[in-house]
Amino acid sequence: MSFPWAEQYTPKNPVMVWIDEKLPLPRLAYNAVGAGYPVPRNLNYFWNFGVLAGLALVIQIVTGVIMAMHYGANDLVAFSTVEQTMRDVNAGWLMRYAHANGASFFFIVVYLHIFRGLYFGSYKAPREMVWLLGLVIFLLMMATAFMGYVLPWGQMSYWGAKVITGLFGAIPVVGEPIQTWLLGGFAPGNASLNRFFSLHFLLPFVIAGVIILHIWALHIPGSSNPTGVEVKGPQDTVPFHPYYTAKDGFGAGIFLIAFSILLFFAPNFLGHPDNYIEANPLSTPAHIVPEWYFWPFYAILRAFTVDFFFVPAKLLGVLAMFASILLLFFLPWLDTSPVRSGKYRPTFNKFFWILVIDVLILGWLGGAPAEEPYVMMSQVAAAYYFAHFLIILPLISRFEKPLPLPGSITEAVLAKYGKTDGATVAVPAE
Amino acid sequence: MASVEHIDGTGPSGEDGVRRRDFINIAAVSFAGVGAVAVVLPLIDQMNPSADVLALASTEVDLSAIQPGQAIKTTFRSQPLFVRQLTEKEIAEADKVDASTLRDPQTLEERTVDGKKQWLVTMGVCTHLGCVPLGAGEGENRGEYGGYFCPCHGSSYDTAARIRKGPAPKNLEVPKFSFTSDTAILVG
Repeated sequence: MSFPWAEQYTPKNPVMVWIDEKLPLPRLAYNAVGAGYPVPRNLNYFWNFGVLAGLALVIQIVTGVIMAMHYGANDLVAFSTVEQTMRDVNAGWLMRYAHANGASFFFIVVYLHIFRGLYFGSYKAPREMVWLLGLVIFLLMMATAFMGYVLPWGQMSYWGAKVITGLFGAIPVVGEPIQTWLLGGFAPGNASLNRFFSLHFLLPFVIAGVIILHIWALHIPGSSNPTGVEVKGPQDTVPFHPYYTAKDGFGAGIFLIAFSILLFFAPNFLGHPDNYIEANPLSTPAHIVPEWYFWPFYAILRAFTVDFFFVPAKLLGVLAMFASILLLFFLPWLDTSPVRSGKYRPTFNKFFWILVIDVLILGWLGGAPAEEPYVMMSQVAAAYYFAHFLIILPLISRFEKPLPLPGSITEAVLAKYGKTDGATVAVPAE
Repeated sequence: MASVEHIDGTGPSGEDGVRRRDFINIAAVSFAGVGAVAVVLPLIDQMNPSADVLALASTEVDLSAIQPGQAIKTTFRSQPLFVRQLTEKEIAEADKVDASTLRDPQTLEERTVDGKKQWLVTMGVCTHLGCVPLGAGEGENRGEYGGYFCPCHGSSYDTAARIRKGPAPKNLEVPKFSFTSDTAILVG
């Protein structure tokens, strides 16, 4: 679907005409990410992160497929083949560092993409399906990243796998059989490593498939925009190409510069030195932590220290951790305010920033040792996280008095630049 | 649909009663469903521990070299296993405690084999986050209760490997084991 004023694909080259008749793939691309997709004219740089996440996935798939060419998925050789990739394979160090840091950058841009959606109300009708599919992608990313981290078979790989699969062991009755089933043994071993490798290779392509659905669902209502006011006419939109291909291209440049700085100057900054020690089931690292992008959830997991109504603390932590993500699936129905953008919601705006700070604090606590005062702080921060979505947000939606909305996207843009005419000129968004 | 019914011989189309075609439909789909389940089962089951992993599911441990007060660290199901011969003093210390005051109430008797109270066999896996506690090796820190001490988050276990202090919720797990002779046990 597209707006009726969308530009039409009209190939002139006879070869392209011939292809268009047989398999209109160029037409599909033109309508999806070319001039045929009209986009609100006022998108800001926060709308770059979807494309950047796609770029990060491409980097991961390219470097990942190459890494797989040099990797041996067997617990006897896994560690040494990774080291061999680093030392002996031509540019192997580049592939591995790009893959490891690429995962971090993937999560950075996805978190910004998610918080963009939270602030500007992108999850609201008619874009609920876009939001839900995005969360599915996020869950798949987490599973993929976790399994990928096990593959180098270092100490953190091994103990991370043990702690995370141990979460399933907390489930009553069926927990332990599930844990054994996931691992293919009683502790992480060769069977676990092999299946994680297989799934780590598979899931990125599943993610790519769900991304296609995500974009498809987005293109039915069309992109949202910072005002949250829907497109009303041709003057409100510009074609995706060249306006947003250019804007996204600029963002991609910044992204790649930041990525290169980390990749070439501090490739191990986000890693753990313990993972350069081969996995040893008989010796535990002093401080087991997951990768930074799991820290907020890890903090929620560890926040539960007391049993409650016969439910063991460990199980409560596991349930809370999964609930913290599953909760987001209900967000479109928890926030009932008809106003989308946080710009026009004074109360929501304040609580949004408190939530951002809360999640950052949870992230910091997730990386901290499991001792006081961090445990107590995790409990407060985790409680606030749930309160935000389950109590504060529904209440705000009910009682908040939003600011007056602009009549249209064009009106908002022109008001910003103090213009009163030229409403039909397609001005590239700033 | 009416003409189809005549062709396959189901007779005149009545509003009531089950048509032969409906039966065939349900039967065919059900049969395919059973077949699908039969295919899915091995697909799931292949992820369970394989025979070579299960072959190592029990471990025999020779106790003859372990002196009172000593412990050894071995592996059971690729996880650390502690086997320790308690001294008289350690047994007395463990018995002195009123089990009902403990976080995970158990007596030393409940955690050992009848008449062989000095043989404490436990997993070397902290019940908090799965670290390997210290105390089985010579000269390692045994914590303030003289049993095992987990360096990760400071859980202290007593001489019956019961949790006494720190974040761990449970006592060190006692695996199923039996004596095959006076100086050997079979774990698992």
